Amino acid sequence: MSDLTGLSLAEARAGLLSRQFSARELAQAHIAAMERARPLNAFITETPERALAMADAADGRLKCGAALPLDGIPLAVKDLFCTAGVLTTAASHILDGFAPPYESTVTARLWSAGAVMLGKTNLDEFAMGSSNTTSHYGPVENPWRRPGDNRPLVPGGSSGGSAAALAAHAALGAIGTDTGGSIRQPASFCGIVGLKPSWGRCSRWGVVAYASSLDCPGPMARTVCDAALLLQVMAGHDPRDSTSAPLPVPDYAGALVGDVRGLKVGIPREYRAPGMPAEIEALWRRGAEWLRDAGATPIEISLPMTKYALPAYYIIAPAEASSNLARYDGVKYGLRVPGDSLDDMYERTRGEGFGAEVKRRVLIGTYVLSAGYYDAYYLKAQKVRNLIAQDFAAAFANVDCLLTPTAPSAAFAIGEHADDPISMYLNDVFTIPANLAGLPAISVPAGLSADGLPLGLQIIGRAFDEATVLRVGAALERAAEFRHRASFLTA
Amino acid sequence: MATAELIEGRTGSWEVVIGLEVHAQVTAAAKLFSGAATAFGAAPNTQVSPVDAAFPGMLPVINRHVVAQAVKTGLGLDAKINLRSVFDRKNYFYPDLPAGYQISQYQQPIVGHGQIALDLPDGRSRTIGITRLHLEQDAGKSLHDQHPTQTYVDLNRAGIGLMEIVSEPDLRSAEEAGLYLRKLRSLLRYLGTCDGNMEEGSLRCDCNVSVRRPGGPYGTRCEIKNLNSVRFVMQAIDYEARRQIRLIEAGGAVAQETRLFDSSRGETRPMRSKEEAHDYRYFPDPDLLPLELDPEWVAALRADLPELPDAKKARFVADYGLRVEDADVLVAERATAEYFETVAAGRDAKAAANWVTGDLFGALNRLGRAIEDCPVTPERLGQLIDLVADGTISGRIAKDVFADMIETGEAPGAIVERKGLRQVSDTGAIEAAVDTALAAHPAQVMQYKTNPKVLGFFVGQVMKATQGKANPGLVNELLRRKLASA
Repeated sequence: MSDLTGLSLAEARAGLLSRQFSARELAQAHIAAMERARPLNAFITETPERALAMADAADGRLKCGAALPLDGIPLAVKDLFCTAGVLTTAASHILDGFAPPYESTVTARLWSAGAVMLGKTNLDEFAMGSSNTTSHYGPVENPWRRPGDNRPLVPGGSSGGSAAALAAHAALGAIGTDTGGSIRQPASFCGIVGLKPSWGRCSRWGVVAYASSLDCPGPMARTVCDAALLLQVMAGHDPRDSTSAPLPVPDYAGALVGDVRGLKVGIPREYRAPGMPAEIEALWRRGAEWLRDAGATPIEISLPMTKYALPAYYIIAPAEASSNLARYDGVKYGLRVPGDSLDDMYERTRGEGFGAEVKRRVLIGTYVLSAGYYDAYYLKAQKVRNLIAQDFAAAFANVDCLLTPTAPSAAFAIGEHADDPISMYLNDVFTIPANLAGLPAISVPAGLSADGLPLGLQIIGRAFDEATVLRVGAALERAAEFRHRASFLTA
Repeated sequence: MATAELIEGRTGSWEVVIGLEVHAQVTAAAKLFSGAATAFGAAPNTQVSPVDAAFPGMLPVINRHVVAQAVKTGLGLDAKINLRSVFDRKNYFYPDLPAGYQISQYQQPIVGHGQIALDLPDGRSRTIGITRLHLEQDAGKSLHDQHPTQTYVDLNRAGIGLMEIVSEPDLRSAEEAGLYLRKLRSLLRYLGTCDGNMEEGSLRCDCNVSVRRPGGPYGTRCEIKNLNSVRFVMQAIDYEARRQIRLIEAGGAVAQETRLFDSSRGETRPMRSKEEAHDYRYFPDPDLLPLELDPEWVAALRADLPELPDAKKARFVADYGLRVEDADVLVAERATAEYFETVAAGRDAKAAANWVTGDLFGALNRLGRAIEDCPVTPERLGQLIDLVADGTISGRIAKDVFADMIETGEAPGAIVERKGLRQVSDTGAIEAAVDTALAAHPAQVMQYKTNPKVLGFFVGQVMKATQGKANPGLVNELLRRKLASA
């Protein structure tokens, strides 16, 4: 039965449809895998009973030939998505005991498509982090370790729990959110596929907000095809999210069938970051060669505003976060720490309820929006953001997508960078520009670092052109033939 | 500027400068960004959606009807409609503000510059500039009186659409401010965009007041918050202007501050400074795209506007020949104007106006009723006027019939028949009554030659004898003839 957890989502779907195994068997195998993976701390809440009940319902449909698109597929859900009646924490102490009375649009669509909920995965508190070490529920461990080195590594963040669950074969698919790289960077660190859709492609309704103008729910999976199957169900206009795009959703799995011949792939020279390890640059070059071999044309291009993306992000995202997190005040739900006065209650609740990184960003955000600083910081950052979007628009006049590394390094040890927020923030240097411009981007595992850790390559596409991103991602995947398994599975 | 508006201080005259910020709750079944209901007076926290309570992951979706209401109001204010406007977040912590921010419009409001014309009691008219109108969410209510040590929060009001209507500092007296508020309220009611009910808080007013030497530079202003009646607005302005003048004349300076009006003492006092030390950190709400209006949609709203008070007043004066003062009173409320027009249709409009502004208003006042639930329908008041016009009853009898109509709601014709009030125009019958009266009072008959006023005495006698039903014209004519020849 443990074989079942090694299948791809697409393979499992075929197995279910041909009745080789039942949805209950598939769910049981994953519940067992989820339990085995507990040392990784990938899940905050496990929902095995719910999983079995959903699997039984799926079996009912599968038996009578009325299968839904994702019937019986066990998924892990980042604990930033509100799930009706199930503890939803955002990995924060301040949401203690909060079980929302509603289901996020994205998860509701997945469940309506027959998917099975295994549990809620760990993350950086309020999705603020690149290492999954800021969680109130403790850090997540990467299922990968360096050969011959027993030190636990970070899975990346903020969707670290989802990425770790996939790499540990404790889920067939997962969903995450990506505000500055939170799907792609952990995907790169854990050797899986992570897709950040265009801003507006997947509804944010029912997703705990970090930075609204950047937050994107998206799929995480072990193959590009699996990510496409998940996105197919997650995507689409939602009248409850005013920023969700009223656009038709193309057939993403169908888009994978085509090849990349004739496509122009931009190689932005500004992504050659100073101090970037040579092996990442080499992998990047190899990626370009793979795509050339597949019939695409790599073209060196320039995105001159790239270096301003990170500073602009660390103004805009905290600014929005400072406002989005104002609602956690001890009045309505979650944690309340009583005080002598209203202000005292606010201070104690927020002082105890938020961790250090959240406080840091709330303070930065409050500062950059303050009278006298707004123009110098927030307004300027918005202008930079527009210029970055123009950079991309100019590039996309000549190329169909861009190829870049996903992250400037492989996974690092838990505790590394902990005292240096700036070096931590630099992890997202290649992923943040796509968020600022609202563009779709995928990370595909492309090779191993010299010390045996996965490295991803990123494809960035035109707004709402997830189909091309997936197609080129699939070409990379075919060429890379990444078959390595996390040490957690082989140990 | 008329000198009448100046306030005489110890050191000379002062001019009061006033600008009003009115918060008008938009008449709509649902809130500005959620589908929750908006009815006044519901049990606490029964009209709250997870959006209103700012639950995690909840997102605002603009209510199209509320936007239409704001645009209609802007059109009624003769204002510029901004086809692109932006919603911003105004950030501050308070328990009745669940999200920790209010969604409002800061730099790009939905309605730009407009104006309101005021007709002053002395016959002059003034135009008051409207700076802007923007849409925003109302806050909930903090209930401090439910528990000895704790404050409860009712979120029924949280998220209801508000129009903040800001005037230019064009008002020069408490009276003008009162006129402005009444005019604005009348306009909102005509448009159906706000019920204008100040007691229930659907219309609230903040006043910015400063004083200066006539024509001089503006003084420092104080803002008086949350006034909920026209009377309080006027009292607060009067008090505040005199306070500032006293302060300056005593060698002090006005500090820019927010003040509250204590209606029981009739004075303003500063709010604790802590409450106003806000940096609201406005920024565009990333959950809402800019609001773009289709010019054709705006044009359709414009075409659908009802006739507004100014136009109606002009028409009443021109078409019905009413006095401006009567027209003013009749158009103040749309329902009154409609009532009047129904009464006046095909009749003597001046008589109709007299009946409505006189007996009808008097009766409604006495009964404490609004014209909407007047016991006398305008059709029946019209019938009453017809009965006078065709001589069926006299004007005096009509007053009695009207009183009866107010009492019973009956049709005037039925009352006239039931009580036998039909006017007697039969010369024979009247002549008999006249003869009887003359015969009964020979002394007064003698007086007539020297004192013609005695005629009135005889008219009274005849009317009394005929229970007021005798046609007064005939009575007068017969008496004159007979007394002259007596």
